[in-house]
Amino acid sequence: MQAKKSGQSEHSKLLLSEDSRRREGLIAFIFKAAAVLTILVTIGIIVSLLSETIGFFARPEVSLWKFLTGTRWQPLSSKPSPENFGILPLVGGTLLVAGVAALLAVPVGLGTAIFLSEYATEKLRKIIKPVLEILAGVPSVVYGFFAISFITPIIKTVFEGWLGLKVMYFNALSAGLVVGIMIIPMIASVSEDAMRAVPRSLREGAFALGATRFEVAIKVVTPAALSGIVAAFILAISRAIGETMAVSIAAGSTPNMTLNPLKSVQTLTAFIVQVSFGDAAAGSINSQSIYAVGMTLFVMTFVMNLISDLVLRKFREVYE
Amino acid sequence: MENNIRDTHLKNQSKEPIIETKGLSVFYNNRLAIRDINIAIEPNKITAIIGPSGCGKSTLLRTFNRMNDLIPGARVEGKILYNGIDINQKALDPVGLRRHIGMVFQKPNPFPKSIYDNVAFGPRINHYTGNMDELVETSLRQAALWDEVKDKLKESGLALSGGQQQRLCIARALATQPDLILMDEPASALDPVATQRIEELMIELKEKYTIIIVTHNMQQAGRASDNTAFMSLDRENIEARIGILVEYGKTEQLFTNPRNKETEDYITGRFG
Ligand SMILES: Nc1ncnc2c1ncn2[C@@H]1O[C@H](COP(=O)(O)OP(=O)(O)OP(=O)(O)O)[C@@H](O)[C@H]1O
Ligand SMILES: [Mg+2]
Repeated sequence: MQAKKSGQSEHSKLLLSEDSRRREGLIAFIFKAAAVLTILVTIGIIVSLLSETIGFFARPEVSLWKFLTGTRWQPLSSKPSPENFGILPLVGGTLLVAGVAALLAVPVGLGTAIFLSEYATEKLRKIIKPVLEILAGVPSVVYGFFAISFITPIIKTVFEGWLGLKVMYFNALSAGLVVGIMIIPMIASVSEDAMRAVPRSLREGAFALGATRFEVAIKVVTPAALSGIVAAFILAISRAIGETMAVSIAAGSTPNMTLNPLKSVQTLTAFIVQVSFGDAAAGSINSQSIYAVGMTLFVMTFVMNLISDLVLRKFREVYE
Repeated sequence: MENNIRDTHLKNQSKEPIIETKGLSVFYNNRLAIRDINIAIEPNKITAIIGPSGCGKSTLLRTFNRMNDLIPGARVEGKILYNGIDINQKALDPVGLRRHIGMVFQKPNPFPKSIYDNVAFGPRINHYTGNMDELVETSLRQAALWDEVKDKLKESGLALSGGQQQRLCIARALATQPDLILMDEPASALDPVATQRIEELMIELKEKYTIIIVTHNMQQAGRASDNTAFMSLDRENIEARIGILVEYGKTEQLFTNPRNKETEDYITGRFG
């Protein structure tokens, strides 16, 4: 009797009440709405970016070809002409800053990751990892001021004082170094996660063959974690390309077609900031130009992701 | 240190033990795991270590190539003589030692590299100057894997079956030309056919190498080994879970006529 009763109530639990079914439906609806909203916002951004970009290129004062190949960027000149809308100085400035940043951040970040995952004791790791995460969270304006108040003077002393080279106050090197410092924590942290995910048994196998700690790190762990490490690089370099405040402050706003990091350059992002803070009227050629520049930025980051996909497919060592 | 080890190689012929422990104890975070182990391993023989789970078989095996160094909080006390030299001393370089003592693990752990690169890994870090292709082929032949992989040396070691992977790991260990090979339950993840291949392989290998194998498989220990060590938890102080060496001797003698009641219970399967 007793057993039968509880059996029945067990059974009735399997049928959802009207109420809980309605609640489930509501919850599903809320999540769906959030997802749809996200997609709509993204589409909205791309559409407005595209329409303004098309509006920009439809103007008689610009030509797509000159835009892509021109080496002079002077959109604020009194008489706009296609010769003044060449994007290459901005692309060059962006790549120069990102290149300097990568040269600093890739080796230092990877070295930090190897140290944390293969050498540091658990105790030390527990101290350093949060510090990295705090560093990654410092607002980029702070890094910008750090660059002009600290890095730039050092560059001046070394390159101008000791080596006798001409150094501009705003320069790509200072901006690149500070962006490099900004992305080190990201490279270190993401790479370290990838390295720690490499099974312990692989390390033991290598140690048992007489590998040193260094050989284990370089010849076993790094290649096995390569996909994660490359992903960290790409993520960080995309961030360097998109970084705005620190480079606007440190690199200046002079579009320069140069490979000399001691000169001032303007990056794609810095130009957008400059125009946004200015008083360009909506629909004017200046306000539309920032959409074209934004589109260029978008395409660059997109291409980076494509490249990383290709690289990964070629070099990946799958361990499971 | 490395030179000393080489000099004493000749002693092998005079049937001196290749490994001899004296009062060996291992602690994990100050907790005693195995106590006062005294064992002498004969060269060019297969020595099996058997015993219930958790009695410290792997712990003992890993002292022979100083793998316990890699475990934070592990401490090893006592003497471990390898060809007469105490390898449990600060001055000894464990990296050099491991190049003389190969190890095969319970779960096959080939590197996510090509079959060739797996085998060549040890020689390369050893700066091997001979003909690498030949060494790779010889090692794979010794591990009875050559015929199955000779046409796909460039393919990933992970594309092999479990049994093939384990033989690849054996080939990888052989390529550094060790004189002692430690195997920790090398066949426990394999099917009976693959297990048998590994056993046949061990018997072939013992002409040139000394093998110490940890196994849970009594038939395997009985069939393949010359000497057997039975380890168990110390009964006098069972809560402390301290591993000790209960009985050690010729396999035949230990399996047919064990001196110790506990050994008999274990090998006849009357052990909890
Ligand atoms: N890394 C470690 N840290 C702390 N304790 C450990 C560690 N490795 C082993 N131990 C302990 O040491 C004892 C012996 O373990 P060991 O792995 O040597 O046993 P085993 O005989 O190989 O067992 P099995 O047959 O299950 O493999 C166990 O009590 C275990 O909990
Ligand atoms: Mg074990």
